[in-house]
Amino acid sequence: MLRYLLNKIALLIPTLVGITICAFAFVRLLPGDPILAMAGEHGVAPARYEELKQQFGYNLPIWEQYARYVGEVATGDFGVSISSKRPVLEEFKTLFPATLELSFFAMIFAMVIGIPAGIFAAVKRGSWFDQSLMGTALVGYSMPIFWWGLLLIIFFSGYLGWTPVSGRIGLQFFFKPITGFMTIDSLLHGKWDAFRSALSHLVLPAIVLGTIPLAVIARQTRSAMLEVLGEDYVRTARAKGLSGARVIGVHALRNALIPVVTTIGLQVGTLLAGAILTETIFAWPGIGKWMVDSIFKRDYVVVQSGLLLIALIVMAVNLIVDVLYAVINPRIRAA
Amino acid sequence: MKKTMTFAAALLAASVLSGMASAKTLVYCSEASPANFDPGTTTGGNDFDASSRTVYSRLVEFKHGGTEIEPGLADKWEISDDGLVYTFHLHPGVKFQTTDYFKPTRDLNADDVVFSFDRQFNKQNPWNGDKYLPNLTWDYYTGMDMPKYVAKWEKVDDLTVKLTLTEPNAPMLANLGMDFASIVSKEYADQLEKDGKMADFSTKPIGTGPFQFVDYQLDAVIRYAANPDYFKGKEKIDDLVFAITPDATARIQKVLAGECDVAPYPNPADIATIKANKDVTLMDQAGLNIGYMSYNTTIPPLDKPEVRHALNQAIDREALIKSLFQDAGATPAENLIPPTMWSWDKDVKTDAYNPDEAKKVLEAAGLKEIQLWASDRVRPYNPNFQRAAELIQADWAKVGVKATIVNYEWTKYREEGKKKDRPGAFQIGWTGDNGDPDNFFATLFACSAVGVSNYSSWCDKDFEDLIQKAKKTSDQAERTKLYEQAQVIFAKQAPAFLLAHSQVYAVVRNNVSGFKMDPLGIHRFDGVDKAE
Repeated sequence: MLRYLLNKIALLIPTLVGITICAFAFVRLLPGDPILAMAGEHGVAPARYEELKQQFGYNLPIWEQYARYVGEVATGDFGVSISSKRPVLEEFKTLFPATLELSFFAMIFAMVIGIPAGIFAAVKRGSWFDQSLMGTALVGYSMPIFWWGLLLIIFFSGYLGWTPVSGRIGLQFFFKPITGFMTIDSLLHGKWDAFRSALSHLVLPAIVLGTIPLAVIARQTRSAMLEVLGEDYVRTARAKGLSGARVIGVHALRNALIPVVTTIGLQVGTLLAGAILTETIFAWPGIGKWMVDSIFKRDYVVVQSGLLLIALIVMAVNLIVDVLYAVINPRIRAA
Repeated sequence: MKKTMTFAAALLAASVLSGMASAKTLVYCSEASPANFDPGTTTGGNDFDASSRTVYSRLVEFKHGGTEIEPGLADKWEISDDGLVYTFHLHPGVKFQTTDYFKPTRDLNADDVVFSFDRQFNKQNPWNGDKYLPNLTWDYYTGMDMPKYVAKWEKVDDLTVKLTLTEPNAPMLANLGMDFASIVSKEYADQLEKDGKMADFSTKPIGTGPFQFVDYQLDAVIRYAANPDYFKGKEKIDDLVFAITPDATARIQKVLAGECDVAPYPNPADIATIKANKDVTLMDQAGLNIGYMSYNTTIPPLDKPEVRHALNQAIDREALIKSLFQDAGATPAENLIPPTMWSWDKDVKTDAYNPDEAKKVLEAAGLKEIQLWASDRVRPYNPNFQRAAELIQADWAKVGVKATIVNYEWTKYREEGKKKDRPGAFQIGWTGDNGDPDNFFATLFACSAVGVSNYSSWCDKDFEDLIQKAKKTSDQAERTKLYEQAQVIFAKQAPAFLLAHSQVYAVVRNNVSGFKMDPLGIHRFDGVDKAE
């Protein structure tokens, strides 16, 4: 097991190097000059421009800038935001819980609906439910997040007035963060109103962010279930005269869920990518919105380090999924 | 089942909205997070809304909703005859804000004023550089050319402060009403320096303004309370909340849903919806901006004014504006400065549409081909350079001039555009900073701006003399006359095609009173009230 783990970690190193190169190159390929962007409409005097260029190290050859960057990152120094002058890592830590909370609820939403729907579709294979579910899943999977989010806002918040338009919690609630999760913090402070408000703010963004994972999970559950239902042991169970619910719930489901768990793990990347758009629409104060804001501000340092931090998280989660999978399924380790 | 759902939803909605009705809280849905709360170090309008205009005051202020100067922390001031020495008399008994992180022991005095400026240029000042904030740059201070004009700031006595200039500069007073000139507390700075917490100066602001800072949740909410000691009297609203909402559609939905009271910058596409709603008012104002197109006046045949006039006359400006700005509207520009600015000359008119006349002149001048520049960026004064270029191209084709459109990305666009040998017509524009005509005339068309921001490379001696004289004159009536003459010359010489002053919008709920659109693009909440 240890060997397997070390192997996996060793494989991460080239990936990491690749990611740092991408993050580094990506921001340099963005149009616009960060120093001019910093100076605003006024522009800067040529002398001052050179001075700033040196201050930020943009005068160095590209490879030297890259080496400098990697050196800093390796020591945990993710730089200081050009616009806010605060350490990037500090901002990330403040904002990440918001993204995590939103992703968590989005995932819960996707699973609570996706898994039962997938099972049901598999059991009633070929029925109108199955067909419409598969159709809807395809639509859900290809739904442009921006459009979908605005549509929900306009209907549920604007037209019906049921849910708040944006933000994380009602503005009247104001308490010191403990965990950074609004739902937990409000309960820790004993504020039920605030908890309800936090939940109601979560509804729409969680639905929007959960839509793609929901579609993926529903399809994956369905196909895994169909595969398992055709296995001999299920037929045996049926032959033994067990009830349909018991066959599906106990015998089939347990095995069908193994690939589904992997799928769920792999959706973390999708969630973080989706969060960038979802958070922007709903003014959700997480890392997604932070990245978008920073791109507009041409804040190279934030974009670069933010991309890297997000990539690190996705990698870490994938590693954990791999390990868990290996724990559940010993055959993987041997391979 | 359906009934229960509706009931549950209503309950949910009620619980969300119930807390909103607390006493006199005004919620402003702002468009972006502030970079920080020290207006000396930032450059964005949203930074200033959240810092200088709420927490701080300045020596002089712009009149709420206008560009005229009125007393701020300085009750009165004298300017020496040679225009070099400004003496400001501070309002006595002005208190800095008392918060849970700072308790002032003294009133505002001249030390605070001197410190506020000294930190922006004196490299010896510990607050000037990295010790305060990493990679700190004082862009607005240098951008406004302050280092060139300011010789020194001196304390005369506690309530008198003296500014000495290196040469006369009439817009200086307007500059001192700008955000970077906000007055900060030296006592607070000293205390933070002693405690080794200098960075707090930019995250926990202390000023003398109408509101004091309470809390900021990164990228989400900024909270302010009315400053009980505000020297112009406590505000009518008790709490001011900035709900940061970057998406324009979401922002407008929030105003319509009553979750916020004021929101800026609606999408042009939402304007019809807003107008149809009875609970809100769509406020609009011609922005303090100008969209224009610079001809390079040094390259024949564009060096001849009649050719430039003819090119102007060939453009169907009304159709162009309508197509570009659509529902959002814009005021056709007659002068370089917008009509809201003092010294705007109503008698001066730009060229009217006259393709027949244009054709004659252009044929005589032999102008057959021209470059027409367009960038990819959306600007308030021109929402679509490319579209504008295509329409102008079609208009010019009708008078026998073939225009080739030249495209560049925004930063590169400006770099290439300002080169003295850049040919043809270059679309550009400007948003004013301080309400002073000099900020348009000199910034955009002075001889010294050739190769910098004078995209026409136009250096006209008569025009130059007038604007330089106006810069050195402190009497506003006198300056008005000079700028009016300058506008006449500008219209005669036509170094540029003047397009429009775009409209800027804000959506305000009807129970809010006293909110005014600001020509400088700032959102201010002093003097604003809200009926329950």
